[in-house]
Amino acid sequence: MLRVLEQASGDPVQQMKNERSATVTKILNFSCVDGPGNRLVIFLQGCNFDCKSCHNPHTIGQCDSCGLCIPSCPAQALSLHETDGSGLIHWDKDLCIECDACLQACPKQASPKTRQYTVTQLLAVIRKNSPFITGVTVSGGEASLQLMFIVGLFSALKSSPELQHLSCMLDTNGSLSESGWHKLLPYLDGAMVDLKAWQTETHKWLTGRDNHRVFRSIELLASRGKLYEVRLLHIPGKSDFDSEITALAGYLQRLPSSTKIRLNAFRHHGVKGEALEWQTCSETDMTVLAEGLTKLGITLVLPSAYL
Amino acid sequence: MQMTCQDTFSRIVTDASLTPKQKSNYLALEAEASLPYPNVSSAVSQAMDSGIICDMFEGHAPFKPRYVLPDYAKYLTQGSKYLELEPARNLDEAINALTIIYHHVPSVTNIPVYLGRLDELLMPYVAKLDDETIYNKLRLFWIMLDRTLPDAFIHVNIGPSDNIICRTILRVDAELKQVAPNLTFMYDPDTTPDKLLQQATDNICECSKPHIANYPIHAQTFDDSGFGIVSCYNSLPLAGGANTLVRLNLKQVALLAIDTQDFFTNTLPYYCQLMYELIEARSRYLHEESHFFTSFLIEEGLIQETRFAPMFGIYGMAEAVNCLLGETKASSKSYGHCETANELGYRISAALDKIVKSTPVTYGYRDRALLHAQGGISLDKDVTPGVRIPYGTEPDPVTHIQALAEHHQYYSSGISEILTIDETVKSNPQAMYQLCKGALSLGLREFTANVASNDLVRVTGYMIKLSDIAAFKQGGSRTNTTGLGAEAVANTGILDRKPRVTSHEQAPCYES
Ligand code: SF4
Ligand code: SF4
Repeated sequence: MLRVLEQASGDPVQQMKNERSATVTKILNFSCVDGPGNRLVIFLQGCNFDCKSCHNPHTIGQCDSCGLCIPSCPAQALSLHETDGSGLIHWDKDLCIECDACLQACPKQASPKTRQYTVTQLLAVIRKNSPFITGVTVSGGEASLQLMFIVGLFSALKSSPELQHLSCMLDTNGSLSESGWHKLLPYLDGAMVDLKAWQTETHKWLTGRDNHRVFRSIELLASRGKLYEVRLLHIPGKSDFDSEITALAGYLQRLPSSTKIRLNAFRHHGVKGEALEWQTCSETDMTVLAEGLTKLGITLVLPSAYL
Repeated sequence: MQMTCQDTFSRIVTDASLTPKQKSNYLALEAEASLPYPNVSSAVSQAMDSGIICDMFEGHAPFKPRYVLPDYAKYLTQGSKYLELEPARNLDEAINALTIIYHHVPSVTNIPVYLGRLDELLMPYVAKLDDETIYNKLRLFWIMLDRTLPDAFIHVNIGPSDNIICRTILRVDAELKQVAPNLTFMYDPDTTPDKLLQQATDNICECSKPHIANYPIHAQTFDDSGFGIVSCYNSLPLAGGANTLVRLNLKQVALLAIDTQDFFTNTLPYYCQLMYELIEARSRYLHEESHFFTSFLIEEGLIQETRFAPMFGIYGMAEAVNCLLGETKASSKSYGHCETANELGYRISAALDKIVKSTPVTYGYRDRALLHAQGGISLDKDVTPGVRIPYGTEPDPVTHIQALAEHHQYYSSGISEILTIDETVKSNPQAMYQLCKGALSLGLREFTANVASNDLVRVTGYMIKLSDIAAFKQGGSRTNTTGLGAEAVANTGILDRKPRVTSHEQAPCYES
């Protein structure tokens, strides 16, 4: 059952693209919440926002192999590769018991459990899973920080006869520049964009950045028919979707009718720091916001469970 | 001895949580258990006593086959002399005739395990009836089945073609969310429209039913006279069935082997040979002594003695592999998670296949038994059904399917994996559809999935309601299988993991 490796398409440019590599936090073979149908989701390490409410804070930073997480590991799965002189942190997957103690110990919001993948290596993973998936979603962290890698991956998918039926989606915080989008758009089928707050001050306070870029990305994607979903994370008393509901609804209404508007509920799972003091979003909180938006003519996708 | 027997009888008779009918069943089982066992060598008895070989509590004196699959189409067209019925002329008569004969089809549980491929059976009687009329009739039929044959082992088949009965049954099943009947939808990529498969996989998101069977693979296994999926994922010849099911505990066999080579060259073949001795003894009793094969089902041509086969069951593959590899606790090197472990599993399945295909039996299908990955019973402890990955250690559904697909080619009389899908799939049923298509394209014989929050859960292949388990502890259940389910929950920690399926069949003895 040997599979043919990515046929070296005669195209030298694509060949170069296939050499590109990225830091991958995790790959999921099965996800029902990252785009249409079943998605293979590739999480890339690193983010340029610093959201207080982040549910995966260990995906924000980049590991610098300081080694501080090593003593926290109860399974001796972590070590520094001194012998080969690289001094890089090494994670032994077979020894790891997935307790996540290392993530708690890391002072840089990073993880020792990441892996480098080239486009070629990821294509092999995707090919193996292709009968089961509707498409591929690249997520993060903020995936668009490794834009040229994504361009390489998606263009390879689109030019492969056996994989081009897979849809290529991006999950993003919307911070990518317009010129960045133009590089990706030819290969992108759709994007899911997080809108963290309506007012720019609120956005800044929640994420450390203002939201002008986010709005620009949303509008650009909408104009190209590639805005699959806008996601609103409702944090009662902190996000401003309820207090700004009229303006928000007016904005959402102008988006293409094919764009899904998904409400997500803030939870404590994975969260660190001051946001742990914040109240989580209950089903009732969500219902109040959802009913308000529905009255203003917005069709919503709601969470299927509250934890 | 006499005293113990009477004590048991009286405990059954006075048990506050059983209905009179359930009491009668347990009394009958106890009575049969007091007869001498068919003649077997002491080696076989020892293997049975030490839990290496198991007869599934089928009883000491087999007087009915384990599973019977009558040719209901023939019955509907010719009527029945014995039951004093004319051929059916319309849908009402057809449904009525089926309702009657179900009460005359035996099985190991005394309740029929196979109710027929209902769409194919009923389509000739639909005539000009409109959709709503058909819906109303089938809805009442469905409610009747659940209330009068309250056992989750009873099984209806539909598909692979698109028709009004098939679509309506899917609609009714999703609406009523009953435990009975269990339902298998046959999928054939050449004849089943995508939209119909989508309706079936949408139903799985609603109520964890139906199972999706890989029609072309099953059809190739049997001849043109057809087959059916009965009880829990057992595929058997139509107009025939299984005369007995005996199963081999691979974990125990592996524990007795010195190493992998010893396992393949000595232990496994030796215990397979003992399996055959037990199979012969049990089926000989049924075919030669019990007079079962003189019943009206035979006389009227609804079953044929030559279409009954013994099922050669195996379980505990995961533990066997881990034991042979010296993997004592769950890790990334265990069965289901590592290529080396999975490969060893495939080798064991291939070896079993070779033995079963080359060993003749006196009463078999084409003179052979049929290999079966047995789905566990409620009394199993620390041993995983069939070739499945142990509860609670399963990888994601895609990896899960990829790890086990290779086994499926070998288990001609049935094999099933149970995939637990988290409930986010409810707002994206397309994902379930895609997963199912992928699984079948990889050669899975049967696709079965549970959605994590569904009240209907499969314990060992039959469906139970979580709410019924709670209620059973209080005051008994209308459904026969809930007792089994409650026992399985206590013994196998099934609900530790998420809600899930396992597969299988037999009512064990009273309070065993
Ligand atoms: S994961 Fe964090 S603590 Fe561990 S080596 Fe990398 S930066 Fe240091
Ligand atoms: S999760 Fe981190 S700390 Fe825990 S075992 Fe794995 S490497 Fe070690």
